[in-house]
Amino acid sequence: MNVAEMLDGKRVCVCAGSGGVGKTTTSAAIALGMAATGAKVAVVTIDPANRLANALGVEQLENEPRRVEPARLETGTLEVKGELWAMMLDPKRTFDELIDRIAPDPGRAQEIKENRVYRELSTAVSGSQELTAIAKLYELDQEHRFDLLVLDTPPSRNALDFLDAPGRLNAFLEGRALKAFMRPTGLGIRALGRGALPLLGGLRRITGIDLITDLAVFFQLLGDMTSDFSQRAAQVERLLRAPTTAFLLVTSAAREPIDEAIWFGQRLEADGLPFAGVVVNRVHHDLLGDREPREVRRALARVLPPGLAVRVAENFRDYHVLARRDDHNLGRLAGQLDERRLLLVPQLDDDVHDVEGLLRIHRYLFGSQAERERLIDDLVA
Amino acid sequence: MPLFSGSVPPLLDKRLLFVTGKGGVGKSTVATALGLVAARRGLRTIVAELASQERIQGLFSENGEGERFREMELKPGLFTISIDPQQAMEEYLRVKAGTLGQALGASRLFQAFAMATPGMRELLSIGKVWELAQLHRRTRGGAPYDLVIVDAPATGHGVGLLRTPRTFADIARVGPIAHQGRTIADTIADPEFTGVVAVATPEEMPINETMALADELARDKLPLDLVVVNGLYPPRFAFDEIAELNDALTKTRSALARSALRAALSEHARAGTQREQRDRLRERVDGRLVELPYVFADHVGLAQLDVLAGVLEEASL
Repeated sequence: MNVAEMLDGKRVCVCAGSGGVGKTTTSAAIALGMAATGAKVAVVTIDPANRLANALGVEQLENEPRRVEPARLETGTLEVKGELWAMMLDPKRTFDELIDRIAPDPGRAQEIKENRVYRELSTAVSGSQELTAIAKLYELDQEHRFDLLVLDTPPSRNALDFLDAPGRLNAFLEGRALKAFMRPTGLGIRALGRGALPLLGGLRRITGIDLITDLAVFFQLLGDMTSDFSQRAAQVERLLRAPTTAFLLVTSAAREPIDEAIWFGQRLEADGLPFAGVVVNRVHHDLLGDREPREVRRALARVLPPGLAVRVAENFRDYHVLARRDDHNLGRLAGQLDERRLLLVPQLDDDVHDVEGLLRIHRYLFGSQAERERLIDDLVA
Repeated sequence: MPLFSGSVPPLLDKRLLFVTGKGGVGKSTVATALGLVAARRGLRTIVAELASQERIQGLFSENGEGERFREMELKPGLFTISIDPQQAMEEYLRVKAGTLGQALGASRLFQAFAMATPGMRELLSIGKVWELAQLHRRTRGGAPYDLVIVDAPATGHGVGLLRTPRTFADIARVGPIAHQGRTIADTIADPEFTGVVAVATPEEMPINETMALADELARDKLPLDLVVVNGLYPPRFAFDEIAELNDALTKTRSALARSALRAALSEHARAGTQREQRDRLRERVDGRLVELPYVFADHVGLAQLDVLAGVLEEASL
């Protein structure tokens, strides 16, 4: 299967994976490839490399998708029949817009945005990027302006953060546990029984009165909006579970990212989330096969001076260590999921940071099974 | 080349080091290699992982499965701990508020509250780090460490982590959290006590992020003591040898030789790009930069860490 087949009939593609595996580049290449098939595609990303942002023309922080000028995509090798749009997510602004949208009036929205707990919440806190990325995705989906949305999930060490962090933040915003504390005379505290009052006293003693007061003010401001958060959370959840959504894992072939990809795949399955496939970047294909390393040295000695031949052979030996490593890890990955859903992109000579670079990856993502096999055979032969 | 000037003490003379960087650049590897260097110098050192990543114990998998969230000795003088916010909270409450604290810690409602409060997990984690770096440990029977190395979360979250205590102190204004937050924030801002090490691989995005990190730290008046560029390919081929390799590629009839030659040219191209990226960063950080070679191995284990520690040792930190 190639990406076009994996995303057939999909409206949302979530690219997930641990840090440093080429997620942003892969997301852009997927969006470009799908636009080439005739779709109107928007890629939502956080913080791409400057040159990639420049190449796509999204360096401006508008927090809205902009169309990538068709002229930028004209390279002569790939005809783009559809439209490619791109945006760089601004988490703080997305959060503010969310408050504007659900606040009962502009005055209240303003008060919330000035609240110190909110200011902390919407910027510094881990989870705000993930939450706002999903919020933006949901919003764009609701607008029905695009055939396909490709989300490059926020950079994190751990791919699972994307699934867990918004939940933690949402739980806070919904204020399930908190409401009881915030209304000391209310029903909540009585419902908790006799243990609650000393608990509240203890909480104040530990955290300080002001923090509690600030939180109380924050939740009073949010008021009924907390139920909007719950409602939105439920809608977003539905979107992520929809049959028109696809999770695509991006990984490299090194040990830890593969471990995480396996966990993530298992987690998607356990949570009933729609899994489409895995893109493995920077694969070192085995170039030696069943031949002896000695043969490399002999063959090189015929065309190179001895010193240089030795260094080329050493380089090849080092490369082969990585090829064996990758082969082993890919075997583990293939053992955990449908092998046909595995797309391999080889280690390239250069980082990818422009449209030409995206096109170099394109063949490995969108080629037919036979074409992709031929590309790899060419590498090996 | 002197790495430091003025009154700032050498890196390993500090008591607390934060190792940060973009995801996937080898923060755990660098944190542990630094730990090995410190331990070789006779410093009682602990490498603390945050958010239950449990990578470092994996690096030492020869030692078998360790207990989570406990201080564990990896080698003589080198310890590791995986910090769990929840456990850190229970410990903090026990020490700070005695029986009441214990009751609070046991309350599921309180736990839910504390864990859901934005920034609280970070504050608790960094609080535990601070505790480890104290000469008088709160933890019963806890011996003091000469050096605490923190394997911090990815860059964006990493700076957030360093800022958390100050933010909490500001939000809470008065009371124990404010006091604690201020104490920790002051410790982090003290260049005698705390250092920050950024790790980057020599590729465009990690280098960009490291430069952004340097700017952000400067804004917060926090030092960036050292940048480690991790995973540089060795310079195997001289510029004028490339023509020879290309020439050989057209001459040889052996498929295997062609593969080897292409692999050589490919690595040469990557090595060139890597050096351009490194130079961009070097300029920005005024030479406070150490290079670690790419590890051609199945994974980074103890043997490889020893080699990397040797390279760091030569950089005379």
